[in-house]
Amino acid sequence: METATHDIPRKTRILQALEDQHTSVSFTDPLENDLILNMGPQHPATHGVLRLLVRLDGETVIACVPEIGYLHRGYEKLAESCTYHEFIPHTDRLDYLSPLANNVAYVLAVEKLLGIEAPPRAQYLRTMIAELARISSHLMMMGSIGMDVGALTVWMWTFREREKLYDIFENLVGHRFTTSYTRIGGLVHDMTPEAEAMIRKFIEKFPENLEESEKLINKNRIFIERTDGVGVISREEAIDMGVTGPCLRACGVNQDLRRTNPYLVYNKLDFDVAVFDGGDSLARYYVRLQEMKESQKVVVQLLDKMPKGEIHAFKPKKVLPKKERVYTKMEELIHDFMIVNFGVDPPVGEVYSAVEASKGELGFYFYSNGDGHPWRMKIRSPSFVNIQALPMMLRKAMISDVVAIIGSLDPVMGEADK
Amino acid sequence: MNARTLEKLNKQFGNGILESNEFRGELAVVVPPEKIVEVCRFLKEDPDLRFEMLADLFGLDMYSPVKRFGVVYNLYSLKNHHRIRIKTFVEESHPHVQTVTGVWSTANWHERETFDMFGIVFDGHPDLRRIYMPDEFEHYPLRKDFPLMGIPGSLYLPKK
Repeated sequence: METATHDIPRKTRILQALEDQHTSVSFTDPLENDLILNMGPQHPATHGVLRLLVRLDGETVIACVPEIGYLHRGYEKLAESCTYHEFIPHTDRLDYLSPLANNVAYVLAVEKLLGIEAPPRAQYLRTMIAELARISSHLMMMGSIGMDVGALTVWMWTFREREKLYDIFENLVGHRFTTSYTRIGGLVHDMTPEAEAMIRKFIEKFPENLEESEKLINKNRIFIERTDGVGVISREEAIDMGVTGPCLRACGVNQDLRRTNPYLVYNKLDFDVAVFDGGDSLARYYVRLQEMKESQKVVVQLLDKMPKGEIHAFKPKKVLPKKERVYTKMEELIHDFMIVNFGVDPPVGEVYSAVEASKGELGFYFYSNGDGHPWRMKIRSPSFVNIQALPMMLRKAMISDVVAIIGSLDPVMGEADK
Repeated sequence: MNARTLEKLNKQFGNGILESNEFRGELAVVVPPEKIVEVCRFLKEDPDLRFEMLADLFGLDMYSPVKRFGVVYNLYSLKNHHRIRIKTFVEESHPHVQTVTGVWSTANWHERETFDMFGIVFDGHPDLRRIYMPDEFEHYPLRKDFPLMGIPGSLYLPKK
């Protein structure tokens, strides 16, 4: 048995083994003494079902081929048979670490298509939940990169903060995880005084609590040595690869859609865009840390400036009418019936609207032919594009750096695979 | 900014631009498929426009007898913070478009996705294989004639 397999050249055997596992990866160079390591899709450090085929020379990475698609659910196909309202719960399942930001991004795109705008209070609330989602997502990244390089306590402490955020979401939205908080032209319901008090309490304590976690890793020699100068990507490469969000800002590019193409009420708020030089894992961590602090400031301003008033736009045929009016008024009953059964009434046209989500530019494109459901919807997911830059970051890295680099890239496969 | 971009494109390509429209302040320009690389390179390298980031690239199925498939290029300028969409349409009988991976490396995966979902072939692409669906899969899921519930038996499952 042993001798029989020995007659076949080693390269053929390795390729055969890969073929047998239903892989579709081919390397152009002869394999010689290199080793191919298959990481994932079930690997704890890949943050989901990301599969990497890493070609190694000793412990150095020579080449890497990311394979995605293990979480592909065909949301773009599904959207074509959903009305615009029906798709909102699906957006929770894209970037499941910050579902509120996806909800906001989606309805902003639909509202752009419909040509309507939510009332000021809804706009402020949406900005606030987007920032809370950013904090929640970045806390996750901070904890997981700490865990990836061996600092387990950070994970526990950042998750303590995330738990408080989930309690807030539960009170504010009604759900902890799959929020579906936004509606076309407004929100599901207003913020209760209790939720407001919870947010105030959390946000006042947050800098202090963040500093606690920060202290654990910011001056930790092991953490810095594992991330400093690791996974470097240059400014030009990052732009060429279409990298967005914290990963791009870690390369010294001052690009944040909240500043450059303001949406919601970001142009009325005072915050700085976190930009760091270096393009390595440490810089990507620092950008996110800084962003959490900026988000904290933003939420405080939003709570102080929050106007009173309606949270639903009054646009018949486009925005769902209030429930009590549906039961008592004929017009509203008709509109409710039409919107629920046949969808909102969009014009013919195409729009693209993007927001700065926690991972980068999250955009929705709609091609409408006037029907209640989109003819084509495209999700521009930041993780999909960022993962593509992974082979560049992994050049000449050590095998142990791979997890630190993935951790600093912070991909979410739910979003990358759509 | 939209007007300036369109003016520049018209000046450079003259009759090459098929049509353009503006909806909700977004400019979309339709160009013939054989000109696509040229137009993209011009938009990226023009010192005034500088569309140096390809935000997105995806397919469209119009389900029409002529010019059934479209490819949409969503460009972003870091200099002007401006967006523009370039579109090109191809026939169902010959769904081939030149690749733009030479202009933006990020087009690689986007084009693979478009190929996977619509079966649009990008000529000159370095690694054109399916990205989401398994390699054995024979259909193109985002085409309008692919049923929402899928085709029974079309997905290969391991016997073990």
